[in-house]
Amino acid sequence: METFKKLRPYYWPYVKYFIWSIVFLLLVTAITTVYPVILQLTIDEVMLGENYNWIPYLAIGFIVLMAFKGVATYINQYYGDLFGIKTVYKLRNSLYEKLQFLPFRYYDNAKTGDLMSRLTADVEGFRFFLSFGISELIRLVLLIGISFAVMFYYSISLTLVTMVTLPFLAIVVYKFDRAVHPAFRGIRKSFGKLNTKVQENISGINTVKSLSREEFEIGKFNDSNGDYKENYLATSKIWAKFFPLMEFLGNLSVVFLLSYGGYLVIEGKLQPGELVAFYSLVWYIIWPIVNLGFVINMFSQAKASGERLLEVLEEEQEIVEVDQSIEIVKLRGEVEFQNVTLRYDAEAKDALYDISFKAHQGKVIGLIGSTGSGKTSMTQLMTRFYEPVAGEVFIDGLKVNEYSLQSLRRNIGYVLQESFLFSSSIKANISYGNPDASMEQIIDAARRAQAHDFIMELPDGYDTILGERGMGLSGGQKQRIAIARAICVDPSILVLDDATSAVDMETEFKIQKALVEVMKNRTTFIIAHRISSLKHADEILVLEEGRIVERGVHSTLVNNQGLYQRIYEIQYKDQLVNMPTQAG
Amino acid sequence: MNKKKVNENVLKRFHYSTDSVIDKPFNWHQMLRLFSYMKPYRKNLLPLSIAMVIITTLVRLAIPILIGKYTIDKAIVEKDMSLLTILVTIIGSLYVLSYVANIFRIKWMNDLGQSVIYDLRKHLFTHVQNLSHRFFDQRSAGSILVRIMNDINSLQELFTNGAINLLMDLVLLFGIIIILFTLSPSLTIAVLLILPIMFFISTSLRRNIRRSWQLVRLKQAKMNSHLNESIQGIRVTQSFTQEKENMAFFDGVNWETYESWRVASQKNAMFRPMVEMTNALGTAVLIWYGTSLIQTGPLTIGVFVSFAFYLGMFWEPISRLGQVYNQLLMGMASSERIFEFLDEKPLVAEKENAIEIKDLQGRIQFEKVVFSYDENRTALNGIDLEIHAGQTVALVGHTGSGKTTIANLVSRFYDASSGVVKIDGMDIKDISLKSLRHQISVVLQDTFIFSGTIMDNIRFGRPDAKDEEVMSAAEAVGANFFIEKLSNGYLTEVEERGNVLSVGERQLLSFARSLLANPKILILDEATASIDTETELKIQNALKTLLSGRTAIIIAHRLSTIRESDCIFVLDHGHIIERGNHQQLMELQGEYHHLVKAQFQVNSAS
Repeated sequence: METFKKLRPYYWPYVKYFIWSIVFLLLVTAITTVYPVILQLTIDEVMLGENYNWIPYLAIGFIVLMAFKGVATYINQYYGDLFGIKTVYKLRNSLYEKLQFLPFRYYDNAKTGDLMSRLTADVEGFRFFLSFGISELIRLVLLIGISFAVMFYYSISLTLVTMVTLPFLAIVVYKFDRAVHPAFRGIRKSFGKLNTKVQENISGINTVKSLSREEFEIGKFNDSNGDYKENYLATSKIWAKFFPLMEFLGNLSVVFLLSYGGYLVIEGKLQPGELVAFYSLVWYIIWPIVNLGFVINMFSQAKASGERLLEVLEEEQEIVEVDQSIEIVKLRGEVEFQNVTLRYDAEAKDALYDISFKAHQGKVIGLIGSTGSGKTSMTQLMTRFYEPVAGEVFIDGLKVNEYSLQSLRRNIGYVLQESFLFSSSIKANISYGNPDASMEQIIDAARRAQAHDFIMELPDGYDTILGERGMGLSGGQKQRIAIARAICVDPSILVLDDATSAVDMETEFKIQKALVEVMKNRTTFIIAHRISSLKHADEILVLEEGRIVERGVHSTLVNNQGLYQRIYEIQYKDQLVNMPTQAG
Repeated sequence: MNKKKVNENVLKRFHYSTDSVIDKPFNWHQMLRLFSYMKPYRKNLLPLSIAMVIITTLVRLAIPILIGKYTIDKAIVEKDMSLLTILVTIIGSLYVLSYVANIFRIKWMNDLGQSVIYDLRKHLFTHVQNLSHRFFDQRSAGSILVRIMNDINSLQELFTNGAINLLMDLVLLFGIIIILFTLSPSLTIAVLLILPIMFFISTSLRRNIRRSWQLVRLKQAKMNSHLNESIQGIRVTQSFTQEKENMAFFDGVNWETYESWRVASQKNAMFRPMVEMTNALGTAVLIWYGTSLIQTGPLTIGVFVSFAFYLGMFWEPISRLGQVYNQLLMGMASSERIFEFLDEKPLVAEKENAIEIKDLQGRIQFEKVVFSYDENRTALNGIDLEIHAGQTVALVGHTGSGKTTIANLVSRFYDASSGVVKIDGMDIKDISLKSLRHQISVVLQDTFIFSGTIMDNIRFGRPDAKDEEVMSAAEAVGANFFIEKLSNGYLTEVEERGNVLSVGERQLLSFARSLLANPKILILDEATASIDTETELKIQNALKTLLSGRTAIIIAHRLSTIRESDCIFVLDHGHIIERGNHQQLMELQGEYHHLVKAQFQVNSAS
């Protein structure tokens, strides 16, 4: 119940739809049990009692009642649906908002697939329960109750004899439910496995084909495919075992009804019409009981779904703005780190330890070191994607957490290691951070990133749609658009995180030449593996296991007998051997 | 809330493909082809299921008449206790029969349906697996996945229940009508007036409702595409502070989903009341006209009761027939997509009497090879080259100059448009694909990691390799150092998107994989492009191990990997413009010299 209480803000505003839905549900259920009564009246009163003048009233009364029922059914169902989908609309918007603002730390550990299943399957599970589950439960209980009342009214002894199968039915339903839900989970699980298998195979088809492993893969697929079939058949066996049995128990009630009821009629203790009415009423009790297990299971699933949704909704935002955060239009770009230590989670070792340095406005800082040495982590502290466990990061003399997040990040142009582009036009992708940019600004940014020429060669130029079903771009092309995207926001601080790793030599050369101009008047951080990319930096920080092990300009570092010199020698070996005259 | 309008411009922010809501026209030929998958079961599961269905249907047909015309009229009204006992016994035994038949019906029908689905999916997967590279180039992984998984699953219901229910419902429907006619023709005609209305509701209204739900699904698909993308691109979004703008877009698609859902559920809510009203109409006619028939004599109470029961049974088969009809229409769309794949021929076809090769020398020749991916784009323009067995050669040139294409033709991922590719002097088209590719291994820039253990991933190179062989391959390329540091060593579970392995480590794994496969020809396609210098150093040694004793083709941008090759081919727009070793090409002062210079400019400029 705790779960439903916490989710109250999402469904409570629409509770009036629910209430109306239930009110009309009462009407629907009451009228449902009228049908057998009408049948009884027709037989006993009209036919046997020869009150033939009742006919028009019965027939018309029946139609009028059913018309009422029709309207009530409509309102009950539609309002129940509205209750669910309105809640879900609100819930989804909140979930999405939450996801937009959750910190990087959250996404480091989250799996896209898991989040997606919460946002789709769990939201749907919760909706289904709101729209259908509660009202179905009420309906079943009401139907059973009213049917029993009518039956008792007709004949208590016949009711007892007919319903003698009920305890057995209850046991069968209970057992069936216990067996069938694990089996369903088995189906879902094996289907998930099969899905993963096929997905992996297709994504890795190049690897499969280069090693000629098609038959091996077909074999593995057949196992999963067979496993899915087996799971499905195991479930259908449970179905075959219980479902005919439930129906048989119901039919057995009918046999009891006919024997004892027939006897009562022959003895004159029961009207024939009442016997016929009983025949319908029996099923009004049996089917709800068969379905009860399903509804109760729905309740426990909705609870589990609700819990998973709450986990997302209650996730701590972590990186929050201080009360009177400063809005700034344009930063100058002076960055200072004072004894900064960063740890990604409590048990992990330090990602950065005691980092201090100062970057003056417009200077270029180079960061070099092997994978995992902390280069990227350093730049992500400036934008407050993470927060240090000790030390302070200053920009323009103020702590970064004194700025509003928006104004801070707007001033920092980031070219991320993985150049992720959205399913949108090239134009929209370049202006992603600055949606108001003019076409001239966009083209200018693209030119500087050496992207304009290849964009113009595409069939729709800047209007070309990228993404899953859109144009596929090469890694180098994506990187260039990502660079243009960062240039387009005209940032005071520019971060290039291994931004040219996927382009060929000549293009890299061109981009670097263009970047020289872009970097003017901006503080730039260049993260690279290649000495060539950062040798002209005003200061180079060499990182190893989260610590700055060397710092200085290229000319001093190259003779420092340290890591930098080692990297230099590996990379420049060729040049020294081959082109002594060109070096420099 | 109801009057909200979605701003069109907000919705233009992202583009996701949306299929339109169209029914495929019914296609008999396609249907027959689909149902031919039931053929293998025509002698066992199919007739058995049908027999069970017929038994249960006949019992259902018999009960109302037994209760009405016989139990009520003959036993109860006539006060005949012994007849009542006999009739109740008959009814009871029919129920037992139906119980047993139902058990087998459910079992066999599911078995049949699942077997057909299993066969169909297996057929499709096996077929797709053997299709050529071009097939995969043209489609996203997602769209192929959807066909193998979802499209086939959407046929599940049709094969498990639909096809056989169709039979059951037809028997039931005509059975009821025939019985009613024998009981009382005039009352039957009066009551059957509701039949056309029921058919109309079952087909037309239901189709209308189904289209609305399809629209809901399309809107949901769009919303989910965006959700997926927004999670994957969250770092970009936060870097550029576009959270609020994205929220506006999401609110738009969320609202569209809500609206389409509301409309669909409005229509959907009309369905049941209309069915019930129609039924009520029938019952009213029965009450009115039926009682007057009793009044005048030709009808008995028992027959009236039978009528009432049959009338209650009417809706079910009609409703299900409508359902099956809908399933068939939806099945049309799915099966059309499935058959489109099945009709796709592998472009690289195997010759009938292809030669199995075992031991290759590894000599590669290209003779006047021309190749184009499509009409507008010629990738290779008459390539002549020869690579001697055991040589290491490098292919150099700009993106799009044809380097990868040459490599693809060697492994016969594509066939040359004209000209001949030879290995050891044999046209590779004469060699069986499998034996050819067993001799060739390609290491790509983006190594694919399959979910499983490290051991499984290396063993992918040769599935029958022993654990010791896997480990020694890992040791030979120096991958054992990082593997042994992992929590479970070789048994550590890895997956494609997991971050257990760094790029360099993945690359070492793929080297081990290739070494284990022990190919005669090795192709390295940008294999070291995204690796940092320290890792590259380690890999360089691994590379030497890998290259020794094999013919190797290396595609690379970086000079360090190219320099020591026996021969370098410089490509430009599908032509070889220079060839020779490093020294020779430097002296030539041509394009290679220019490229090397460009790299040094990178190294010295900026």
